[in-house]
Amino acid sequence: MEILVALVLLVFVAWFVTGPLRSARGQGGEGEDPHLADLEARKEAKYREIRDAELDREQGKLSEADWRAADAELRREAIEILRQIDEAGG
Amino acid sequence: MPTLGAACLVCAFLCAIYASGAALAGRNGDRRWVDSARRSVFAMAALLTVSVVSLEVAFLRDDFSVALVADHSSTTTPTGYKLTAMWSSQAGSLLLWAWVLSLAASGVLLATRGRLRELVPWATAVLGGIAAFFTGLMLFGVISPGADSFPFERLSPAPVEGVGLTPLLRHPAMAIHPPMLYSGYALFSIPFAFAIGALVTRRLDASWIRATRRFALIAWVFLSIGILLGSAWSYSELGWGGYWGWDPVENASLMPWLVGTAFLHSVMVQEKRGMLRTWNVSLIVGVYALCLLGTFLVRSGVLESIHAFGVSKVGGPLLALIAVVVIGSAALIVSRLDDLRGSRRIESLVSREAVFLVNNLLLIGLCAVIFWGTFFPLISEALTGTERSVGPPFFNRVVTPLAILLVLFTGIGPLLAWRRVSAGRLWRLVGPPAGVALGVTAVLAVTTDAASEPAALLLFCFAAFALAAIAGEFIRGAGAQRALGGGSWTRSLATVFARNRRRYGGYIVHAGIGILFIAVAASSSFQTSSDVRLRPGQSATVGDYEVTYREPTASIDSAEQKLTFGAVLEVARDDELVTTLAPARNYYSSAATEGVRGFFEGEATSEVGRRSRAGGDIWAAMRPDLRPLDSQIDAADQRVERRADQIVRRAEQVAGTTPPPEMRAAVVSQLEGAKVKRLGSAYIDDPPPVDFRVNVNPLVIWIWLGGAISVAGGLIAIWPAPAARRRRVADVHAARLARDLGRA
Repeated sequence: MEILVALVLLVFVAWFVTGPLRSARGQGGEGEDPHLADLEARKEAKYREIRDAELDREQGKLSEADWRAADAELRREAIEILRQIDEAGG
Repeated sequence: MPTLGAACLVCAFLCAIYASGAALAGRNGDRRWVDSARRSVFAMAALLTVSVVSLEVAFLRDDFSVALVADHSSTTTPTGYKLTAMWSSQAGSLLLWAWVLSLAASGVLLATRGRLRELVPWATAVLGGIAAFFTGLMLFGVISPGADSFPFERLSPAPVEGVGLTPLLRHPAMAIHPPMLYSGYALFSIPFAFAIGALVTRRLDASWIRATRRFALIAWVFLSIGILLGSAWSYSELGWGGYWGWDPVENASLMPWLVGTAFLHSVMVQEKRGMLRTWNVSLIVGVYALCLLGTFLVRSGVLESIHAFGVSKVGGPLLALIAVVVIGSAALIVSRLDDLRGSRRIESLVSREAVFLVNNLLLIGLCAVIFWGTFFPLISEALTGTERSVGPPFFNRVVTPLAILLVLFTGIGPLLAWRRVSAGRLWRLVGPPAGVALGVTAVLAVTTDAASEPAALLLFCFAAFALAAIAGEFIRGAGAQRALGGGSWTRSLATVFARNRRRYGGYIVHAGIGILFIAVAASSSFQTSSDVRLRPGQSATVGDYEVTYREPTASIDSAEQKLTFGAVLEVARDDELVTTLAPARNYYSSAATEGVRGFFEGEATSEVGRRSRAGGDIWAAMRPDLRPLDSQIDAADQRVERRADQIVRRAEQVAGTTPPPEMRAAVVSQLEGAKVKRLGSAYIDDPPPVDFRVNVNPLVIWIWLGGAISVAGGLIAIWPAPAARRRRVADVHAARLARDLGRA
């Protein structure tokens, strides 16, 4: 009985695993645009950096001048990422 | 069920190989092969789950036809320990490794579905390869039974009773410790595999880190819990009074934890600043190699250890895998050095990234000295032909200075900003915690004998600095939030905490580590320990305490086949009773030696008598001198044999046939039970002298509490911020940036 169950499992596994190979979908496939997803992740990370820098200023670790310089650079980088997102169609 | 489990293990091995091959087939963009490879990993996880369940069912059913069950369980083993007995064996722990790996691999492939399309095929191939190794190692035991690695090896005929679980492992901490450690090891496979994918595809930005950061943190949490549980078990069960003995197997889990800690800090620098890319790929390769090395040390028996599971044949293949991982990864890293080299440099030494680099060096340094001390016996034997070991004095001497510096930097790091701290701000940040540290040090030096141990006092000073610095971070954060949004201090603290879980979760980890180090320094430098031999009514002085052996105790647990000799100890200070302790020694019936004697020639475990308070523990373990009972034990066994013979002869006369062997065994068992009871009474009536070890361990409970705080901090750092809040924050910044774009 256990051998029978194992054989049935093996057949099911083989059918499940080879499913994509039997589908009509070819290269590329559907789903998230990986480039866009990567840009979105970079955008979130950049926003976290901007927030961190603000927190550092509010906690007195950065002077106003140093914070403005860092914030400006981070925002430039964030804008660049947003521009790339726009170009990618996001 | 065992046959089904074995069949699923074979199928899982095939799935692992297929996953690796299919992923490689899809590396140039054919999504169908990549999707098929992912499904194969899912299938492997499902199949290994069936294997694990079928083995557990065999344990629960006392199916002694399965060798694993017969060797590590019995009908008298409590149900909870039956479920955990699987990983007390080599084969079972390999199955656990493979199972956790398959679940983690499934998780990360689900999380990265449709993303990182260049990286994922290579990562899948690596994960499939590792899974194929571990499942293959188990199946290797089929063709080489001496390897002791096949979980479903059968016995024919099946024994009527199992050997039972090693008494030392019948402890809650030891039940959970192995799966925690192996989960940590297996989960570090995830960032390792993605790092290899990043190296192969030259996608060496932070994308592989972002995809696997949580898995690395979860691995670190599991490893931390495993190490803490192992220490707690050692303190409670081994009867020597310590929680860390620099045992090779202990070191084997600490080394990947140290390098893993370095990795978790270092990847933050790459995420924020794009730096330390070579460091990070090297660190994760180091972590993973050390995880495999840890498994090798435990499983190969190459080094003597209280944890040693004996010499086994899996050591060779594990060593080969380590070599492939190290050499292959090193070759990849060297070939990608130009791509790894970043353009950014550390702008200021007074910056968080500079401190993290120092942190890396300290943690790697700690790992290196521990590695040297652990493997010195092998190295000396290889070079000189003589195996020479190093013990705790070596480790304590070399580790202490590095640990002290590490504690200091757990306080400095949180104080600094990324890139740089503005000129003139540093003293305002460092001054208050430095003042607290100096104040605490002065108070300790004046009011306690802390100054008699300069290293400990220095650590207390730096730990006070770290804790004050972290407290200051929380206060400053809440103050800043209150200035922005109003509200009470409590609400402001909750708000800034919730919005910055990674940061403040990390601070809590640091606080826990600081507390843990304080407790380690106090309990090891200021411990009072005495070994005394007492008879009932006698007393001894241990530090400030008077310890009196009041009376002996004895008990029998038929279900666990256990005889316990104990003692009641009264602990007094200044003639006032402080506490009563009840240490005991458990003796388990042995399969190797028959009779009542078998209880005393098998395994014995200590039950520690302990009173835990915030200020410290009073701890006692005992070992009765059983030599006065020797003659009684021998006489008991002889009487049992004679009486059993009489009973069997009478039965033969009555029945007219020779009774079956099982009948004599049952008679002997009953007679032995009665003799053991009488032995217990004899121990009470005429107790032999007992050797006690009594320790006064200051602050030791804070080791476990500090560790628990660190783990809690890690879990907070793992917990994702609510998506809605992330979107709101993103929208705010997007709106502001859009306005800036409009003005630019």
